[in-house]
Amino acid sequence: MKTNLILTYLLLAPFIGSILTLFFKGTNEKAIKWFGLIVSLITFAISLIAYSQFNQKSGEFQLINQFVWIKSLNVTYTVGIDGISLLLILLTTFLTPLTLFSTWKSIKMNVKMFTFSMLFLETGMLGVFASLDLFLFYIFWEAMLIPMYFIIGVWGGEQRIYASVKFFIYTMFGSLLMLVAIIWLASNASSQLGYFTTNFIELSKISPNIVQNVQALLFFAFFISFAIKVPLFPLHTWLPDAHVQAPTAGSVILAGVLLKMGTYGILRFCLTLFPQSSVRFAPFISVLAVIGIIYGALVAMVQTDMKKLVAYSSVSHLGFVVLGLFAMTTQSVQGSVIQMINHGLSTGALFLLVGFIYERTHKRDIAYYGGIAKLVPLYSIALLFASLSSVGLPGLNGFIGEFLILLGSFKSQVLNSWWYTIFAASGVIFAAVYLLWMYERVVFGPVKNQSLNGLKDLTSSEILILVPIFIFIVWIGVYPTTFFDMTSASVEKILSHISQFHNLIY
Amino acid sequence: MVNYIYLTVLFPLAGFLINGIFGNRIKNEKIIGIIGSGAVGLSFLVSLFSFFQLLGMPAEERSVIVNLFSWLNIGALHINFGYLVDPLSIVMSLIVTGVGFLIHVYAIGYMHGDKGFFRFFAYLNLFIFAMMNLILGDNFVVLFLGWEGVGLCSYLLIGFWYDRKFEKGTVSQAAKKAFVVNRIGDFGFLLGMFLIFMTFDSLNFQDVFAKAASFPVSETTFSFIALFLFIGATGKSAQIPLFVWLPDAMAGPTPVSALIHAATMVTAGVYMVSRTAIIFASAPVIMTVVAVVGLLTAFFAASMGLVQNDIKKVLAYSTVSQLGYMFLAAGVGAFSASIFHVMTHAFFKALLFLGAGSVIHSMHEEQNIQHYGNLKKYMPRTYITFLLAALAISGFPGFSGFFSKDEILWNAFAKGNFVFWLIGALTAVMTAFYMFRLVSLTFFGKERFGHEHHPHESPAVMTVPLMILGVLSVIGGYIGIPAIFSGENGNKFEEFLKPVYENAERKMVTYGTHTHFEEILLMALSVAFALTAIYFAYVIYTRRQEIAEKTSAKFKGLYTVLFNKYYIDEIYEASVVKPIQTVSEKFLWKIADNKIIDGVVNGTGILIEKSSNVIRKLQTGIAQFYAVVMMVGIAVVLFWIILSL
Repeated sequence: MKTNLILTYLLLAPFIGSILTLFFKGTNEKAIKWFGLIVSLITFAISLIAYSQFNQKSGEFQLINQFVWIKSLNVTYTVGIDGISLLLILLTTFLTPLTLFSTWKSIKMNVKMFTFSMLFLETGMLGVFASLDLFLFYIFWEAMLIPMYFIIGVWGGEQRIYASVKFFIYTMFGSLLMLVAIIWLASNASSQLGYFTTNFIELSKISPNIVQNVQALLFFAFFISFAIKVPLFPLHTWLPDAHVQAPTAGSVILAGVLLKMGTYGILRFCLTLFPQSSVRFAPFISVLAVIGIIYGALVAMVQTDMKKLVAYSSVSHLGFVVLGLFAMTTQSVQGSVIQMINHGLSTGALFLLVGFIYERTHKRDIAYYGGIAKLVPLYSIALLFASLSSVGLPGLNGFIGEFLILLGSFKSQVLNSWWYTIFAASGVIFAAVYLLWMYERVVFGPVKNQSLNGLKDLTSSEILILVPIFIFIVWIGVYPTTFFDMTSASVEKILSHISQFHNLIY
Repeated sequence: MVNYIYLTVLFPLAGFLINGIFGNRIKNEKIIGIIGSGAVGLSFLVSLFSFFQLLGMPAEERSVIVNLFSWLNIGALHINFGYLVDPLSIVMSLIVTGVGFLIHVYAIGYMHGDKGFFRFFAYLNLFIFAMMNLILGDNFVVLFLGWEGVGLCSYLLIGFWYDRKFEKGTVSQAAKKAFVVNRIGDFGFLLGMFLIFMTFDSLNFQDVFAKAASFPVSETTFSFIALFLFIGATGKSAQIPLFVWLPDAMAGPTPVSALIHAATMVTAGVYMVSRTAIIFASAPVIMTVVAVVGLLTAFFAASMGLVQNDIKKVLAYSTVSQLGYMFLAAGVGAFSASIFHVMTHAFFKALLFLGAGSVIHSMHEEQNIQHYGNLKKYMPRTYITFLLAALAISGFPGFSGFFSKDEILWNAFAKGNFVFWLIGALTAVMTAFYMFRLVSLTFFGKERFGHEHHPHESPAVMTVPLMILGVLSVIGGYIGIPAIFSGENGNKFEEFLKPVYENAERKMVTYGTHTHFEEILLMALSVAFALTAIYFAYVIYTRRQEIAEKTSAKFKGLYTVLFNKYYIDEIYEASVVKPIQTVSEKFLWKIADNKIIDGVVNGTGILIEKSSNVIRKLQTGIAQFYAVVMMVGIAVVLFWIILSL
């Protein structure tokens, strides 16, 4: 096999960058900011090179780089991507520079450590999407917890300690279950293949043969870990706290990328390693997903804090993604993949916008605002645009994802009932209610608070951050083919893999 | 020109982008207005040329698909940005761009001096863009893109004066209500699409309709599809039970009410039912539902219109009622009659709203008809054109509304039954009555406004569109003269649309024939009813107002119920909106999330803390102890591995 180092460069760039940040003098904030931004832009450029080298026709893992790492355990360093991981990698490298840039004004304390954390976090996230060895995956998965813990705990709001500990314990609990399962799989490999291995591609060939009841346990060990990260109802309560307390950049990365690791994990590991169990528990999990869609939307509706509202809306949106994955049809899984990206863009934009106005007024209560359309017209348009994308207006990105998920799950053979879709589709009504209601109370009406007078509209650097996101929101809405070309072969491959073990019409 | 039909979509899009992005800097109202209306005017010309080109083709070839690019291509799903030009879509696009153009021009005068002038025209063009997608889309998804798009524009335009009060609430609440209620309908439409895709493996009109005509699909499936689609139609076209948003939509500027909430957008549901005629025709039970819902909506909305005092409110209920007629027609299988009424209604209802706008404009935003009177003296052009429109909607013989309404009533009888006709005719009586109550209170009788008002005729930019629509309201019906009058020429309009409904017609049961005598008799009856109603309304509200007062005093209960729109809003609020809000806040959020789930999580945390206090005692700090534990541990693991070998 020809070795391709591009993914290794991709991982090294932010990692080396983060280490180098530590050598800057802490007071030299401007240089640190520029350095962080440039490193993240270089990473983005490398990811684009990876995109250009990627063969979209094939659903196989590509750009693989592999060498033995821990010889005694036969643990390898294996990185490689298919279309789905590629798309998520691009999302990560795209959002990181934008968020870094967005913090230039808002992060005033310890810029050096913050930049270090962000770049370190990026390494972890990219590693999660690129790893093809479970051991390596687990290390990245855990490694990215630590900077996130600090980002919330150090640069967060008033209750940041409670929120960060809750975040840490929740996710740690899940990770430990997964670790046990990984070890089990590896030792099982030694009895099946004669050698201990954590290589994903090899494991995916033998793990479907595991006795069903044992497979079910392993499935849940992985699944719970991912479901916490998604977060799937009822494992979601860390999310609102983490989001509200996190600084804007933290929220954007959290919503934009971290949550996707959960859904990515389900798609990559649960569905592929344990196809029978995935099919077996699909109805049960889909029920939770549908509850999450409605529950998240209803609770979002009655929030008084803008950020918390957006946080709960994530519970609702990610419910769609999980439903689509377990419906196991071409349309629904494709929809879920694109919806991961959509959520990153739309919710990312919403968090940025809430952050922008918070920086000006230090208020997030919906009741404080009212009538800002007159004062900050550009901001109001941007907020409307992001809201509409989140609501799933056709022509923008959100529609593509939701529509495909619902269309696919409606005819899903695995779920085999209309009711999932009927309840899930009611989420489109509630989404309109909570977002437009918030919009109405914040933006419309007469100016409510005299202290709002003099509110500044979007600055040019804020526009610079939003415009790239908005471009992709329209791009995906109007011409999603660019993105489906990347992922369709990979989705097809996963579904045909499942159909080898379970008679599946997709 | 047919092959360039996408220009009708692109011109308004360009207008939206230009005015939306640069309007703030252009500042000149004239330029903005010309860009806005010019874009729609160009679209109209393209539609017109396409129409003539279509006419020149043999009837069976009048169906052209123009594909732009592939939109969604996943598995069996192939959706293009594609437009379908056929008699139905071309008729609709002529109506939308034609009436739309006149309303754009009118708005230049009406919105003069408004701070949001450029924003207004940008939104209007965006609306036309969305509406054209809705009409021309050659598949359900593009139709849905337009469907949601017009909903968005409706939201933006109802909420255009977002800082104003409206009745008990605010303008923006009215806007949100419109969007949300529409979304409830869209939910049904989505499910309809999903079931269509599941059944026919396609969402393209041609595939689906061809398969619907030939595939052995059960009537139950067809019924579900038709029902889901019809739920969508009730939202967009303001039918029972989702009509509540339309009266509140009057919070928007009057040209918006004319364009979106009377002439075009609200007829989208009728268009959709007509487009999917083959599916409805295959579901007779749902056809009856459509007819009955339409009939009841027509009747109840008209009854509410009888007592309203806000000029726009009367017209709003009238719109709901007329839309009901269109569904009645579709429900009995007279699809082309429903589209015919869409067209004539677009003429006279747009005219009524624009006329009302002209009145409101000159009366400085006063909308209560009890505070008008004798305005014919001050605004002769508005008066004459308004009168023509009122005669048209009342079914005055020879006017456009007469032909379309008569065709609906006749079909209600011929393809439905006598009760349908009777309720329809009673509705027509109420229509004539409330319209002439409105005309009399506004233009005739004594002046009931204070001296601070100086009513005046509107400028030509507003009255010329009124006059054009006036002419259309009068003569617009002649292209659809029923066969009994036009002899062997037949009904031209129906003839033109016929190919669209061919398959649907074949599916429907043919009824026994009726005689010409019956047709003439029923027509004469409904005309007599309407004329009587016009006469009484005129007499009562110009000379004998005490009759009206006495009657309303006598039937106080009924009057209050009608005036408060049967308390439907209050019922929805108490039975749906409040419970959902309360449960979400008080239970889901504050108890389920914060107490139960978090309680378990925090409880686990406390438990771990407690137990680790115990475990801590094991951490003795003596290295030997650790070594022993480690050894034991390794032994256990080894033992386990040996066992599993």
